[in-house]
Amino acid sequence: MKLLEEKIFKALMLISAFVIIAVVGYILFTIVSKGIGSLTWDMISKGPGGGFYLGKEGGVLNAIVGSFYLVIGAVIIALFLSIPVTMYINFYLTKTSFFAKTVRFSFDILFGIPSIVYGAFGFAVMIYFGLKASLFGGIVVVGMLITPIIMRSLDEVARFIPRDLIEAPLSLGATKYEMIKILLRQLMPGITTAVLLAIGRGIGDAATVLFTAGYTDNIPTSLSHPTATLPLAIFFQLGSPIEEVQNRAYASALILTIIILILSLSARYFSRKLSKNKV
Amino acid sequence: METVNLDQVETILENSIIDIMTHSDIINPHIRVEGLNLNIGENHILKDVNLSIPSKKITCIIGPSGCGKTTLLRSFNRMHDDSPNVKITGKIFVDDENIYDEKAQVISIRKKMGLLAQRPCPLPMSIYDNITYGPRIHGAWQRRKLYATAKHYLSEVGLWDEVKDRLKASPGHLSIGQQQRLCLARGLAVEPEIILGDEATSALDPISTRKIEELFVTLKKDYTIVLVTHTLSQAKRIADYIAFMYMGKLIEFGTTDQIFNHPQKQLTKDYISGYFS
Repeated sequence: MKLLEEKIFKALMLISAFVIIAVVGYILFTIVSKGIGSLTWDMISKGPGGGFYLGKEGGVLNAIVGSFYLVIGAVIIALFLSIPVTMYINFYLTKTSFFAKTVRFSFDILFGIPSIVYGAFGFAVMIYFGLKASLFGGIVVVGMLITPIIMRSLDEVARFIPRDLIEAPLSLGATKYEMIKILLRQLMPGITTAVLLAIGRGIGDAATVLFTAGYTDNIPTSLSHPTATLPLAIFFQLGSPIEEVQNRAYASALILTIIILILSLSARYFSRKLSKNKV
Repeated sequence: METVNLDQVETILENSIIDIMTHSDIINPHIRVEGLNLNIGENHILKDVNLSIPSKKITCIIGPSGCGKTTLLRSFNRMHDDSPNVKITGKIFVDDENIYDEKAQVISIRKKMGLLAQRPCPLPMSIYDNITYGPRIHGAWQRRKLYATAKHYLSEVGLWDEVKDRLKASPGHLSIGQQQRLCLARGLAVEPEIILGDEATSALDPISTRKIEELFVTLKKDYTIVLVTHTLSQAKRIADYIAFMYMGKLIEFGTTDQIFNHPQKQLTKDYISGYFS
């Protein structure tokens, strides 16, 4: 009887593992098989030409560059907020601090808010101030979306900093700020992973940028210009009745997937390199 | 003639010996603990501890697990400052300065003491940067001076020849014993007067332990050394003075010879003979 139980649960675990792999495989297969035919050099090196949305020449360079601008800006904003907050609640406040609990709770709430709500909120604020959809608006709203993500992963790794490592610099007469500089080295792989997760989420999110960043065929040259993004490029192309354009949507999805893949591989590489001196 | 029974003789003897001990301490105490009480939440961890740590000697604090010996050691360099719910009353004088005084500067207090933790904890940076970290945060920046510092203290712990070709490498590749010596050197580079060791050899193999012990014995000519240990044999080997603690109280303090060969209290006697541990 006990043996049977063991076997059933082992089988269940295996099945779950295979389901995950199968889903990933099927998604990749769909994107690749539909998109690979339309994935030309033009797709990634040119912006949309005159009749691009009718199936004529051009590419989605505007959306690729736009997405990068957006997510880089958002990550900078998010890091400027989340690193000080996590350091403060983990290393300045005690575990039982009410304020730290409040901060964690607020971030948990922010973490759970759907991205369309951030988009709508951003849109409302922009209307209130009479702003048009722009790269800056998109950066701020995507920043709001990913700050809780970065902050939560940072909080997780910061909690597992060994006590000895906190005390070693302190016992040498370091101030807390000097201690935190040491801890940040130790946290570097964690920060890299957090940023990667956040980029993955931010670069692929359509709802936040729909109202706030707008869409354009040009590459933005100023923060006040609207910008195209890959998720919206996919969305608009997929909505076209022309098959050629629909296939390009899959090609764009393929580009987005490859970008995220490259990001995660390089992040792994860097986190290994950075953790060279980790204890 | 007055008759005195045996018990009274013992009490008188005990008192006179303790008097002698306290007296001999006062000649040159480096750390003086006066009426120290420490509470963590509801738990009374240290109970009215009075102790004088002699200068430039090795003092071992011994006692069973949970007796408060580590807590006492950590209160010497105010490591409890950041722990929640810790309440400390009483005074600890280091060089006649009460470190729990409101005006006391925690950084200068910690700079006076090198703390050697139970497990070596190199900072996440190269061997060279580990050694020079202390001097750098205290304002040293000249490369030649820093290099000389690194060489001096690495030599002092006998690590220079072992690591001189890989100063830029991560300390993670060193053996655990080497790492502990690196941590000791890192602490010494801040030029402290006191070395605190919190079971500093308990994670090490016997050979590394021996090396660290030998280091302590050589270092005591320049430093006051306070070690927490749960190895009686270690205390016997290297200690000049021994403080025995039990249930948060300091039971007995004396020279190694007194504690091991002529313990005054029954508890000490029982602990020394391995009756409980």
